[in-house]
Amino acid sequence: MKNEPDAIRIIFDNCTGCTLCTRSCPFGAIQMMDKKAVIDLSKCNICGACVDTCKFKAIEIQKGRESKKDLTSFKDVWVFCEQKKGVVQTISFELLGEGKKLARKLGVKLCAVILGSDIESKIDELSARGADKIYIADSPELKFYQDEPYTNVLVKLVQEYKPEILLCGATTIGRSLVSRVAITIDAGLTADCTGLDIDEKERLLLQTRPAFGGNIMATIITPNHRPQMATVRHKVMKEAEIHKAHKAEVIRKKFEPGDLRSRTTLIDIVDEIEETVNLTEADIIVSGGRGIGGTEKFSLVKDLAKVLGAAVGSSRSAVDAGWMPYSHQVGQTGKTVCPKLYIACGISGQIQHLIGMQSAKVIVAINKDPDAPIFKVATYGIVGDLFEILPALTKEFKRVLKK
Amino acid sequence: MHIIVCIKQVPNTTDVKIDPVTNTLIREGVESVVNPFDAYAIEEGVRLKEKFGGKVTVVTMGPPQAENALKDAISVGCDEAVLVSDRKFAGSDTWATSYTLSCAIKKIGTYDIIICGKQASDGDTAQVGPGISTHLDIPQVTYVKKIEELKDNKIRVERMTEEGYDIVEAPMPCLITVVKEINSPRIPSLKGMMKAKSARITKWTAEDIDCDPDCIGLQGSPTRVVKIFTPPQRKGGEILKGDASEVAVKITELLKDIVL
Repeated sequence: MKNEPDAIRIIFDNCTGCTLCTRSCPFGAIQMMDKKAVIDLSKCNICGACVDTCKFKAIEIQKGRESKKDLTSFKDVWVFCEQKKGVVQTISFELLGEGKKLARKLGVKLCAVILGSDIESKIDELSARGADKIYIADSPELKFYQDEPYTNVLVKLVQEYKPEILLCGATTIGRSLVSRVAITIDAGLTADCTGLDIDEKERLLLQTRPAFGGNIMATIITPNHRPQMATVRHKVMKEAEIHKAHKAEVIRKKFEPGDLRSRTTLIDIVDEIEETVNLTEADIIVSGGRGIGGTEKFSLVKDLAKVLGAAVGSSRSAVDAGWMPYSHQVGQTGKTVCPKLYIACGISGQIQHLIGMQSAKVIVAINKDPDAPIFKVATYGIVGDLFEILPALTKEFKRVLKK
Repeated sequence: MHIIVCIKQVPNTTDVKIDPVTNTLIREGVESVVNPFDAYAIEEGVRLKEKFGGKVTVVTMGPPQAENALKDAISVGCDEAVLVSDRKFAGSDTWATSYTLSCAIKKIGTYDIIICGKQASDGDTAQVGPGISTHLDIPQVTYVKKIEELKDNKIRVERMTEEGYDIVEAPMPCLITVVKEINSPRIPSLKGMMKAKSARITKWTAEDIDCDPDCIGLQGSPTRVVKIFTPPQRKGGEILKGDASEVAVKITELLKDIVL
């Protein structure tokens, strides 16, 4: 009877050997030995699924780190509003929409936080999107995102005003920034959430996110640390509506030169997306795979994308073949996208690709192989020759959209 | 030059299947592999060594069998390997994991650069790399797709963004997390595999790395998983066949509400 983590244990006197727990374990970490359950530490994630299943109170999880902080002094829901070149990113509006719901359930204020240079004009925009309060740090050093000054400023703001929840987009900026903030202020951070809710009794943020490439979902809480921090995936939450008459209270903060210092230096910002649409923010994506067959033939995909105002995606094999740049790759080793419509052209649908796009609302697959795995996830499948179907689709959409 | 590469052993996602009866992950027979993103970190570390001299130390936190991931790293050119393993680390979230790895790195000693994969394919958090650099109080650059230059104790890299990339310069020591575009990992040579077979792996427990017991494992983890469930599986829908222009008309009609 060994190999049990300290944090979870079987109370052998209570264990009847019923095997309910072995079946409940998502990680296959429980086995029966001598008619008692034994947990394999190397597989156990301490998710607690077995504790809920056990009818005999035979599994116990040791309680985690207690906070020394007074949690009741933390209130309000904060949204970190990301701006690039002075443009507030749409993910921020999605978070304000979701944040409003959470704030209402908790009976607290929704606050926007924005860092940048010459961003006074953003106040009206964020007010209209429902922020009750706006914290604004306006300084030339904050014009572009850099890890250290942004971390320092956000840490100072959180320490002074104590939000109970802090949301941020799961973008390349967001994920780098709040990872640093969470460590610095000893807070819990949940990555890439696709669902948020409030446990109103405990005032806890319920953070739901995919794991194992979307094969399982996990709901995560931060019981004893504040703020409860989460990054949220693009396009999952609905954007806050615009109410021009809504006015927010504005709090302008200045920071010391020491806080605005960065050890790294931003030399240049290079835009290289071939199409004008950002893949992760796109409502529609037209994606091409091995079946496209070459760089020039990708124009068929691009033509359709242009008519639809869509972004152009690519499978790994098309990137590896050099037909498309890596920045367009969708899938496990590329980007995870969640558009309203995903059109997969000549993509067979390997699991690594599906991981990156299967949460799209509608999937259309075009492939000549009727047995291609992509058809198992497609809302509409078209079996046929994409070199005939793509031009026909482009033509038809052009007609319908009167372009 | 001393390069430290942090890696994680993960279940091979391609093998992950759901038991249709119990609706849980089938883990039996699932192969454990080096996290795909970490393969790029290892390769970049080895390339830096080949160019500038020095050594690559690879480190992982995990169960005893994570030793195999370290051996894989040695087979492609890493020099030393450290396995940080203790049942006290069980239940670690990204806060505790990055703390534990930062303690191990402090014990390893001085270094010029730490390289991590951008994220692991099981948890997909992308939080441990930045967590390590924050615990160590060193500069970081995430999502690195190219090292442009390394000289005068500075590194200039291209950091992938949603729109393209940023060019960033960081003083060393620093930490970078890397994306797939940075290189194509090599296949181990026969000599490499022989070396890995006989390699001695340094093994450290919680006691060895001088860590605060309140900051490791479940105890040190602010977040808790409270529920795990299987999302409803997507089902294939309508299949359309026939003449291209007829199909196009049909599909356009079906998608009208979305595209208009």
